[in-house]
Amino acid sequence: MQILINITLGLLILAMFLAFVRLVRGPSLPSRVVALDMMTALAVGIIAVYAVATRQTIFLDVAIALALIGFLGTVAFAYFVEKGELPWRKA
Amino acid sequence: MAESISLFLLLLGAVFMLLAAIGLVRMPDVLMRLHSSTKSATLGVGLIMLGVALFFNDFAIGVRALAIVVFMFFTAPVAAHMIGRAAYLSGVPLWEGTLSDEMRGHYDPKTHALAGEAQSPDSLSSGEPE
Repeated sequence: MQILINITLGLLILAMFLAFVRLVRGPSLPSRVVALDMMTALAVGIIAVYAVATRQTIFLDVAIALALIGFLGTVAFAYFVEKGELPWRKA
Repeated sequence: MAESISLFLLLLGAVFMLLAAIGLVRMPDVLMRLHSSTKSATLGVGLIMLGVALFFNDFAIGVRALAIVVFMFFTAPVAAHMIGRAAYLSGVPLWEGTLSDEMRGHYDPKTHALAGEAQSPDSLSSGEPE
């Protein structure tokens, strides 16, 4: 029981490390945005598994909020990448 | 019994997310990384949330898990589409082994406008020789 949850958390943390490697190495800004999006999904998964590990269901609300914020951040980054400049700085 | 099933679902979801992360590191191209991370990570989150809902076996928790799953299934394709579009339009180079790029010549990178038919090839700003 406990060891299975530990293995699950270990796999997720390894995946988080790999996504971080792509975040550091990524040759272009969209690659880094993809890595950040992936890390948000991974954080949602880690929070859910941690909620099972500690039997605290309140963590699921944190996961909902994090999924929302991650989507907004991804959309904002995509807008920034596509326009190439901030909208209020346009001359 | 339900606990073993839910733990198995958690483990399966973590394996899918690990595969998505491996694809994120190994794939050579932004669009392929997107292909790897979006679908597999969404499936992983869905499996993990199913495992959580089975583990707690409670209506309120199940609704929260379902809300997260529905939200991820709705937002992941939209976010992936926006990143892919932004990456393509900002001229990120594709993989050198890419076989077909149907947008080439149909798009003006200066004005961000789509053209109905192919422009002359020398007006392209980037792209690999065919």
